[in-house]
Amino acid sequence: MAERRFDIRSQPGFGFIALFTFFALYLPIATLVAYSFNASDSLSSWGGFSLRWFASALENSTVQAAAMRSVIIALWAAGLATIAATMAALATTRTEPYRGLTAKYAVINQPLMIPEIVTAVALLIVFSRIKVWTGYSGLGYLILAHTAFCIPFAYLPIRARLESMDLTLERAAADLYATPWQAFRFVTFPLLRPAIIAGFMLAFVISLDDVVITEFVKSGGQDTLPTYMLGQIRRETTPEINAIATIFLAASTVLIVIFFFINRRKPQA
Amino acid sequence: MSAIKTAPENAKSRDIRNRWFLSLPALVIIFVAALGPLLVMVLYSFLEKGDYGDVKFGVFSLEGWTSVFMQRDIFDDTLGIADAHLAIFWRSIKLSLYTTLFTLILGFPTAYFIATRPARTREIWVFLITIPFWTNLLIRTFAMQQVIRNEGILNNLLIWLGIIDTPLQIIYTDTATLLGMTYVYLPLMVLPLYASIEKLDFRLVEAGYDLYANRLQVLWRIVIPLVKPGLIAGSILVFIPSLGAYVIPRVLGGGKNLMLGNLIELQFGAGRNWPLGAAMSITLMALVMIALLFYVRNAAKSGVRHG
Repeated sequence: MAERRFDIRSQPGFGFIALFTFFALYLPIATLVAYSFNASDSLSSWGGFSLRWFASALENSTVQAAAMRSVIIALWAAGLATIAATMAALATTRTEPYRGLTAKYAVINQPLMIPEIVTAVALLIVFSRIKVWTGYSGLGYLILAHTAFCIPFAYLPIRARLESMDLTLERAAADLYATPWQAFRFVTFPLLRPAIIAGFMLAFVISLDDVVITEFVKSGGQDTLPTYMLGQIRRETTPEINAIATIFLAASTVLIVIFFFINRRKPQA
Repeated sequence: MSAIKTAPENAKSRDIRNRWFLSLPALVIIFVAALGPLLVMVLYSFLEKGDYGDVKFGVFSLEGWTSVFMQRDIFDDTLGIADAHLAIFWRSIKLSLYTTLFTLILGFPTAYFIATRPARTREIWVFLITIPFWTNLLIRTFAMQQVIRNEGILNNLLIWLGIIDTPLQIIYTDTATLLGMTYVYLPLMVLPLYASIEKLDFRLVEAGYDLYANRLQVLWRIVIPLVKPGLIAGSILVFIPSLGAYVIPRVLGGGKNLMLGNLIELQFGAGRNWPLGAAMSITLMALVMIALLFYVRNAAKSGVRHG
């Protein structure tokens, strides 16, 4: 046949659909960002370029408090989740199968398998009763709930890194009379550090983004940025909500880009 | 003292003990703040509902379970089919299947396109898919709301093009929820598909062409069977969160187009029927488990076939 020299990999129309997909993925986000610079009072009409909604968002004390709360919860949850996930990863990698290992995997990944709304109402049932019994209604519930669903996300990169590390270095350390703790402190931990940082950042972003579980677990006046936004999104919203979303978007994009660079650093061969 | 274990055996049991100790914090946290509450919820679904929400402890009742699908007539107290609930169950399943189909139609060519780029540019395309994936779901839903609103850019564009005269009512309909879910869950389809297409051995494709297959035959009889695991993984990853979607139907679907997630919330809020909400949550979980089981069985089968 004459047309033997065509690219065997290409399929007609796929490139077009792919470009449409990328366009469709970014169009709504671009619209949202563009309208946050709208000078007009309403979302419907364009009133020229202005930073006024950013100024009003940054001055809004409810937004400030919600943002602060989001960051505090995410720092605690990501920190605790990373510690627990690191320990769990050490316990479940580089080992012969032992009794309970599969069960451990199942429990650690359980938060990923259940629809969020189901976990959310289950937590509502239990925590509302504990709130009555103990009288405590602080941020502890949110931190605990966030820690639980962040654990699998922190666990993933740490476990992946551990599985690609063999035990030779730790054995060498042991041969040189390092105690298990010293071997961990001076050999395993430094090698694992990029994955731990990556796991922490992933957990941090996951906690920062959560809407559903937070919405059901929070006590009165404990809005985080996403639940505040959920409350504000109604038929007629002002561009201030776009400005908040844009700031949020910028912050999490920066975190994700950093995460990528940490993760891309290939393990030293 | 023959009871003393030999040294390696001793080390092994110590190792396992240490491993249990190390995994304890993660296991305890997940049990307290995820798994345990689910078990409590199962118990709640079998109790009688309290007057202002919550339940009456120690009063066993199947009312929660029967009211998932049945309702008591207000006048003669007979049980009939709960049409409103069934409509919402059906909408959830239908919209989730459509979402899976639409993300597949857009996602497969996209993943294929990325996987066939040169190695260096491939990374950039994958990165472009990943950014929206990690962008807050609520923000993406809100962004979609702005596009499809009556005064949004979609309607303005269609009017400007002369296709329509008056804005289309898209927002607060099932179409809006469907658009939102397709938009939000698309990366979940593209990423696993990309992973399996990237591993595809294109020599098999070449062999197909050498045997005079046309492009469609190659696609249908060589590419798709080989990337089936990615196809199923992507479909499951899209279908499951769609089924339990809460934020997207709430923001885009409006009050009349509830999905299962919103119906569950309703029972814990205005409905004050916690046992019913608990039973509905367990029903949703069961639907998810069925989907997962389907996935596990298929993954096992295709694993055998493709070695």
